[in-house]
Order: sequence, then C-alpha cells, then structure tokens
Amino acid sequence: MSLRVLNGFKFSSLRTPVHRLDPRAKFMLVIGIIVPSLLFTNVYLLSGLLLVQVPLLLVGRVARRWVQSLRAGVFLSALIFVVNFFTGPLANAVALTLRFLLLMTAFSFFFMTTSPDDLGLAIDKVGFIRWLSRRWLGYPNALSFTFTTAVRLVPTMAVDAQTVVDAQRSRGLELDKGNLLKRVRNYIPILIPLLLIAIRRSLELAEALEARGFPGKEGRTSLFELRFKLVDYALLGISLAGIVLSFWVFFHYRVPTI
Amino acid sequence: MAGTRAETIAAKGLGFQYAGSPSKALDDINIAIGQGEFLLLTGPSGCGKTTLCRCLNGLIPNFHPGEMSGELLVDGISVAAETTSELSRKVGYVFQNPENQLFALTVEKDVAFGPENLGLTREEIRDRVDWAMGATGTVALKDLAPYELSGGQQQRVALAGVLAMKPSVIVLDEPTSFLDPRTAEEVMGAVDNLRRENGITVIVVEHRLDLVGRYAERIVVMDHGRIVADGKVEDVLDAEFDRLSGLGIGLPKVSLLWSLLKRDGLVSERLPTHVESAVKMLSERLRN
Amino acid sequence: MKIDSGDFLAIMGENGAGKTTLAKQLNGLLKPSLGKVTVDGDDTTKKSVAQLSRRVGIVFQNPDHLLFSETVKEEVGFALKNFGFEPDVVVKQVERTLEALDLAHYADTSPFLLSGGERKRVALAAVLAWEPDYLVLDEPTIGQDYQQKERLRNFILQLNSQGKAVVMVTHDVEFVAECNPKVVLMSKGRIVAQGQADEILSDDDLIQKASLVKPQMAKLFSQLGEFGLPRDVVDVHRAKMLLEEKLSEVKIRVAQSS
Repeated sequence: MSLRVLNGFKFSSLRTPVHRLDPRAKFMLVIGIIVPSLLFTNVYLLSGLLLVQVPLLLVGRVARRWVQSLRAGVFLSALIFVVNFFTGPLANAVALTLRFLLLMTAFSFFFMTTSPDDLGLAIDKVGFIRWLSRRWLGYPNALSFTFTTAVRLVPTMAVDAQTVVDAQRSRGLELDKGNLLKRVRNYIPILIPLLLIAIRRSLELAEALEARGFPGKEGRTSLFELRFKLVDYALLGISLAGIVLSFWVFFHYRVPTI
Repeated sequence: MAGTRAETIAAKGLGFQYAGSPSKALDDINIAIGQGEFLLLTGPSGCGKTTLCRCLNGLIPNFHPGEMSGELLVDGISVAAETTSELSRKVGYVFQNPENQLFALTVEKDVAFGPENLGLTREEIRDRVDWAMGATGTVALKDLAPYELSGGQQQRVALAGVLAMKPSVIVLDEPTSFLDPRTAEEVMGAVDNLRRENGITVIVVEHRLDLVGRYAERIVVMDHGRIVADGKVEDVLDAEFDRLSGLGIGLPKVSLLWSLLKRDGLVSERLPTHVESAVKMLSERLRN
Repeated sequence: MKIDSGDFLAIMGENGAGKTTLAKQLNGLLKPSLGKVTVDGDDTTKKSVAQLSRRVGIVFQNPDHLLFSETVKEEVGFALKNFGFEPDVVVKQVERTLEALDLAHYADTSPFLLSGGERKRVALAAVLAWEPDYLVLDEPTIGQDYQQKERLRNFILQLNSQGKAVVMVTHDVEFVAECNPKVVLMSKGRIVAQGQADEILSDDDLIQKASLVKPQMAKLFSQLGEFGLPRDVVDVHRAKMLLEEKLSEVKIRVAQSS
C-alpha cells in the first residue's frame, strides 16, 4: 500500500451539489452507512451500501480519485480476503473485504468532498466541542481554529520538508545508506531543522494572530455560516432513520455476527 | 510636519528591556508621528526598530515580556494599558514573512479573520472584506488557498487582512525582503495609495532606502536602541550620509554616486534621494 | 546553457521563473525530464546527488533548512564526513573555512544562538568547506544588510579569482549590478537572454520580460543619453568615472567662457 491511498482522503475544491451539503448532514450519512455495515454481514446488503455511494461520488466528481485510492488499497483488501478465507467460510471473507472497501469509500467520500473550512465551521457548531474548547484552551472556537490552521499548514510544511531533504542531500547525506540503525540516524539532520522551523513558524503565527485581534471576544462573528437546507434535513432524516432501523433489526432478530 | 497634523503616535522617554536580556532594546525614545505620514524607520540589524514597532500594537509588553518605561500613546490611548486585541483596531501590523501571517484556507476567509474577531455584524464584515480586497487588488484571488499564491500576492493578502481591521496606522516590518524587485515596488505602491486615499499613517521598516525613499516623506534612523536621526528624507540623507553608510544602511545608489562626486568637488547641491531628481540635477549641470 | 570552470554567473528572473529549479538540476537533486545536464562531462541522471555535490556545492537560501548540529564546528564538518574525508583533514578544512568566513570565534557555539546574518555565513561555510569546483548560491543577499552584502561581494569575487565557478541565483539587481557577472535571464521557465550584467540590466525590453527593475544607475543613464553618455552603466564606480569626466569638461568650458 503506497501513500497514494491518502490521495483518496484529500479535499478537492469543486462546486458540486455534494460539496455544498452541510458537513453535519454529510457526516450523519457516513454514520448511516457505516452502522449497518458494521452490524450486518449480509453480502447483498454490504454490496448495496457500497453501490449506493457510487452516484454520490460521481455527482461530487471524485469517482476517479476514489478508484485510484481503491487500487492503491487493493493489497490490503487482498490480505483481508486471504486471511479470512483460510480462517472461516468464503462468505465471511467476502463480507469482511466488502466491509473494508465500504468503510474506506465512506470516509474518503466525506473527506474528498468536505472543505476543511466547512468542517471547521461545523465543529464550531457542536456545543460539546465549544464547551470542551473553553474548558481546555480558554475560548470556544479554539479547537476548530486549531484544526483549520493545521490543515492550512500541511502544504507549507511539505515544502519545508522537501527543501530540508534537498539541502542535506546536497551536503552528501545519503538517506538509504547503511544498516538499520544508521538509516534511522540519517534522519536526524532532517528532523531537527524541521522541528525548529515548525517552532519558529508557530511563534511567528502567534504574533500575527495577536496582531489580528485573536481570539477576540466571546461574540466572535463568522462571515460564513453553515445553514441547513431542505436537502440537508432530508439527508439527516434518512440517515437517522437508517441507523435506528438497523439497530432495531439487529436487536430484534438476533442476526448472526462473525 | 507632525505639528500640522493630528498626532497619532506620541512616545515620551520610551524604553524597553526584554526579559532576560542584559541591555535595553529601546532607550529614551521621543517621537511624534502625525496622521497620514509615511515614515521610514531604518537602522542596522538589532538597532531596536522591530522592538519599537512591537510596542506600537502592544505585542510589547503583552506578548514579549520585559520592562517598559516612559510613555507611548496611540490615538491618545496609552499602549501599556490596552490589550493587543484592542490595539489591533488602531495599529495594523504586516510582518516580513507572508507565509506566517495567513491562517485561513482561502484568501477571502483570511481577510475576514480579523474583523470576525472584533465581533462586528456580518454586513459590516462583508463591506470591510470587499473594500480591503479591492484596495489591495486581491479580489480575483478570493477563493485561492494561501499556498497557491506567489510571495507578492501573499503579502498583498496580508495587507488586506490588516486593512480590514480599519486601523489608523499600518506598520510594515521589512515587508518586501522575500519579494522580487518588481513585486516589491507593486506592494509599496499599493501601500502608498492607501495612505493618499485613506489618510492612513504608514510606518515602513526597511534597510533598503532605494525602494522606499521615493514614497517616504520622513525618515527615522535608529542605532543601539536610540533615535539618531529624524527628519525629511532629503535633509537626513544629505546631512548624515557618511554616518548612515557607516551603520550599514543600503542607501540609494544615486545618493551614493552624488556623494562621491561631491567629495571630488564636482557638484555642490544636496544629495538626490531618487533617480528623477538626480536626472534633473545632472541635466542642468551638463547643459551649461 | 554552459557554465565553465572559473565562470561568474548570475541566474536572474522574477520569483517562480524557474531559477531554483535550474539550480537544483546542477547537482542532480532534480533530473531533467527532457534534454540533458552534464557536470564535467558526466550525465546527472547517471550519478548520485552525493557524487555530484562533491563538485557542485549548493548553498540554500534559508540557513534554517540545514543547520542542525550542536556546534558550528560540527555543522561545517558534517558534509566532509559524509564525503569520507580523513578526520585530520576534516579538522583542518573546518578551521580554514571558519577562518576565511570570520567565524572562528564561534567554532564551539551553537549555530542556533547566532544572528540571521551569521547563520547564513555558517551555511555558506558548511558548503565551502569541501571546496567544490562549482559554487551555487541561492538568493545569497536576502536578509543581509548593506555591510554584510559588501562583505559577501568581496568574498565571492575573491573565490572567483581563485578559479572557482560561482553561480548566484538572485533577483537582487543592485547586488548583481555591483558585481557585474555574466547574467542568465529567465522568465516563465525559459532562458530569455544571456550576456554581461551591464548589457542585460540596462535593456528595457529584457528587464520588462523578466519582471525585474533596472538598477538605479541604469535608470539614471538611460535618461542622460543626450549628453553623449553611454546607456549600459549599472554600477556606481563606472558611473562616477564617466560623470567625473563629463562634469570636468563642463567646468573647464564654464571657466573658459567666463
């Protein structure tokens, strides 16, 4: 499994109906797909839950990237299948492999079509998180801010990392040379500059934040706000209904589990 | 100069010593800056110019601890008694590295960040964001992520973010050191426009005088935590040329040329501070 | 494009013009996707970065990307150990380099305690120590004050006179104007012109194309053409000589007529 799998979880900024869904409703949909897939092992149900996501991926224009990440994850699926094939019945092996693909698809669908910004706003809306932020860090939107800033800094840090690697290789450092211990030690000249750059950067960011009036008062307004639309309510309703129904069936009929 | 305009900034006997530092970073600073001035603050590395700027928006002593003495008023309010958050409405601060002052995931959201903290109404924030992006030429970038921008674009967005706080003073701390010369000129031009159209007081920290000398009307030179020269750019350059070059300040090349010619007794006029005046002065002489 | 041993070259152009990409091709950090790069006749695709770096030393723009050691001495010796120099040679070379760059009194200091300008000098020492035949400097003047720049200029000129090829990647027109090296002008990933600095930097069209600005002397002399002065003047020294001559003539003429 290569790092290409991660591509299937990276947000792509497009404007499609799926991207415009409220992250909270979309997250509930993901839960609504995951809950039954964890409760039941029926191959038809699992296939159905997997297929139901395909139109969503297509509308969100991320189907191609989804296929790519599946291809990268094929090794892991094969491993799951083989292990379970030798330890139990064929139906179980198929079901577990399907379940893995389904979970991967559901999460990658969510992250590929939800902007981290919207996710931050959604986090801000959850009362529990606001309460937790205030208890821990002193102001209600600290956690959502931490999250969006982290996402914002990922590409910047990636460039830093590349530059540090380039600079040290230019000084004759060969990362993949020597025995295991030597190889681990080879990373010290990479990690120390990166760590120090990160610290320096965070100090400068903190200064710049102060200068922009952060954290401000309790009554911080947000220029952009998430608003539940009809389609979001519908999605939320359907997902909740699906979750309740799944649990009801599960406890009522004593479905066999693996 | 300051006398004709309302004072925005007034320092009397201002001193500061960073916690844990053996010497004073600022020592007996006395300065008055009028509304709408374009001031160039310069001096060798470690002379205290950044420290002075940090005092203006309360980063000192709120963020960098230490001992402050004397008095510093911004818009008549004592800096020592205010929080940085409150001062950010009066003094905007643009830092050297644009990468480290953009927080949001899109340009528009970043510009909105400051006003959001102030707790303004949504309409007011909308107006300010649109105005600030318009004034800095960043409207077309509004949906881009910070890492998708060039250095010059990033610095203009940082400027917009500060502008949206509607400050009466903007401090720019070596804002162009990462930029190529054309982009640096564009950024400085945008800053100058803001001053002329909105009467914002501009303080630029820079040790390359050729870049800012054209816009600045006043220059303040610092060394070892003290102000060693303060006046019109032309006057200070002319009177203090040798001293300034001794301090390692990057003087405009035309001024340098003129001072060499003057030393040889070939010219007698005051030093020009930019190319246009040098052309005029030389043409007059050569036409004789 | 060709760089000879003993050349003094400035690669110039706006940010993002491809200058750094070109520099990284020189020691094989990047390999050409089209065409070919050779160092002393060796194709860079056939040699490792470590092998090429032995001959082509790149000094990165930001010292924070490479400094990691506990002392300046160790920092400067790091590459020498990587290249397999004998321990006593390492000691001697480090001492010599620190001496040359006026850093000897910092030998046992942590590089992180030094000022920005000093750290930049340590980064330069860390490359110079192994005496590469070709020295590539990425934006050597950024963050340096006027005196530091002057010192750097003298040092570069001295290295060059000792027969080392020096390549600067920069957009600092005034610095290049004072050094007067050969200039390779880049724009949008292409080389748009090559020639001596005074020729290139006084050419309006080229300057425009590469998004640079003319050095002040070039601006001045482009407007003094009517007095029979040349236009391709970029450095103060030559400007002074020319004007001295002209102004003396005027002085004599005025004296005679009165």
